[in-house]
Amino acid sequence: MANRNQILNRLRSVTSALVELPQPFENGIHYDDPTAQFEKILDRVGGTARRVANHSELPNTLEQLDVYRSSKQILSTIPDIPRANVDMERIKDPRDLQQLDLAILRGEFAVAENAAVWVTEFDAKHRITHVIAKNLILVVPANQIVHNLHEAYSRLNFDDMNYGVFIAGPSKTADIAATLVKGAQGPCTLHVLLIGT
Amino acid sequence: MNHAVPAAEFASNPERAHWHSESVWFMRQKRDSAVRVIPEWETLRELAAQTKAHAISQLPDYLEQFEQNAKRRGAHVHWASNADEHNRIVHQILAANDAKLVVKSKSMLTEECHLNPFLTDQGLEVIDTDLGERIVQLRKEPPSHIVAPAIHLKHHEVAELFHDHLGTPRDATEPEELVQAARNSLRDYFLRADAAITGVNFAVAETGGLVVCTNEGNVDMGTGLPSLHIACMGIEKIIPRAQDLGIFLRLLARSSTGQPITVYTSHFHGPQPNGQLHIVLVDNGRSNILKKEQFRRSLSCIRCGACLNTCPVYRRSGGHSYGYTLPGPIGSVIAPSYDAKQHYSLPYASSLCGSCTDVCPVKIDLHHQLLAWRKELAVTRVLPWTKRTAMRLASIVLKYTWLYRLLGFLARKLLSCLPRMILYNRLNIWGRQRELPLPPSHSFRHWYRNRRHGK
Repeated sequence: MANRNQILNRLRSVTSALVELPQPFENGIHYDDPTAQFEKILDRVGGTARRVANHSELPNTLEQLDVYRSSKQILSTIPDIPRANVDMERIKDPRDLQQLDLAILRGEFAVAENAAVWVTEFDAKHRITHVIAKNLILVVPANQIVHNLHEAYSRLNFDDMNYGVFIAGPSKTADIAATLVKGAQGPCTLHVLLIGT
Repeated sequence: MNHAVPAAEFASNPERAHWHSESVWFMRQKRDSAVRVIPEWETLRELAAQTKAHAISQLPDYLEQFEQNAKRRGAHVHWASNADEHNRIVHQILAANDAKLVVKSKSMLTEECHLNPFLTDQGLEVIDTDLGERIVQLRKEPPSHIVAPAIHLKHHEVAELFHDHLGTPRDATEPEELVQAARNSLRDYFLRADAAITGVNFAVAETGGLVVCTNEGNVDMGTGLPSLHIACMGIEKIIPRAQDLGIFLRLLARSSTGQPITVYTSHFHGPQPNGQLHIVLVDNGRSNILKKEQFRRSLSCIRCGACLNTCPVYRRSGGHSYGYTLPGPIGSVIAPSYDAKQHYSLPYASSLCGSCTDVCPVKIDLHHQLLAWRKELAVTRVLPWTKRTAMRLASIVLKYTWLYRLLGFLARKLLSCLPRMILYNRLNIWGRQRELPLPPSHSFRHWYRNRRHGK
């Protein structure tokens, strides 16, 4: 406590003119076709977008994906995924997820300008799931694509949210000789399925 | 420490210096392409600068608001006046939880406080989990760039390092193979870790939340497994509202590497269920910078590294030549605030071209601050005598018109006839890499007078 008051007193002893806080910015970039923009940027950051007509089409679309067909351990928080065989409810220690080949999680909404998808832990009980899985598929309602990050934050409410993350592409690094490599610590691939187009 | 000495050593290998310059410049070019597609870019910079200036002008209030909200969300909040206190607090938390193995994500603050050696001395094992940081940790050297800590290394050097430490085959030199080896090795540490330490990119006063940005996902890997999360942050990281994140996150990654956003932008509000979140708020000299009005704006820095990537001096001298946690223009402005005597040479590690100011996403007037530091250093007499004497002589010459004219006259006459041995003597530092220009036959004054009289 001594430190706290010492620091605050030190800061308060400096008189600085008050600078006004600007109004929240609301005029971010808009796109004619935010879905197409999202797909373009996701491709650029190393992910792949696919459009799926409706929920019942989901298994068919998944079957077309190598990561789905070839995965042994699949966890899905979305119901009715035929090959999903890891039950989140039965996982007591998140370390048991270390062999997870594929996680299929729900993305709440997506951002067109930067291909970010908002994921919260309500969908993933263990908040490690989206990074510990070798591959990741996010399923996002196609009508939930906002144009820019300002719109994204105006719809986010952190009151009951302990953890939430924007994910834009697969995990990557350019730390060795500035060469971009996918799959640094987290998923090596990211597919975003836009459902309901 | 004189920046010019290690810089000269770095530049003595022109091939490497050129390669370094190019790889860093590549990030600047990617930044430019990313910025060009955002029509409101300049508005965002202006808003970011204002928001930061506002937050810093109200810093104590926002810190209290943040503390209150963070506590409400279940986090423990600690305050540290300096690096020692910070290190002790972190150690106490770890010791109280009987933690032995700690995974740490990138944090310039913990570098600044030298947390790793402190914890290691106390018998803990600390593993840096950002790949670049892990590489420099294994090499026992500091990061050379804010966002790309191992940018100074070539892949065969990393290959040798990994061969020695991770047992990769000697001929494994492809970045993909090396990343895979590091991934496997770090996975093992993540699974065994007792605690995670992270930095903080933004702390939101209004919600009590923390935002941390990574591309690798190491923050989420680190904090997702052990139940103890310690987040260390400088007190200047506070922003007022969650809405402001829209502005800063749009600027940060684009300015940094030219990405539209980092792969992971993680938002923490309180600990994970049954876990603990400790937030350590660190002053360590920041309140002193706040006192100096002309340098206050340096506290707005969001650590994107854009000023490094664009700086002609940084690119050709490498991050280690600065001898400070933050290299480049921003480091040269901040370092002298801590120890002007030790870092006196950094404000001179600049051509004052102003490129840093042009790219800074929060509009810090970096090159003006560098110039202001030169003045401050001259006044407080921390410059070495050679520089002081040269400045004093120059000021005498500029004070007396007759002396200035006489010396001009002599220079015009003598420069063309004196032997090289005398002209390029040891005191002529400027002439080491450069040829003196040929003197004109007349002075500017003479030419101007003739021109006015229409001759």
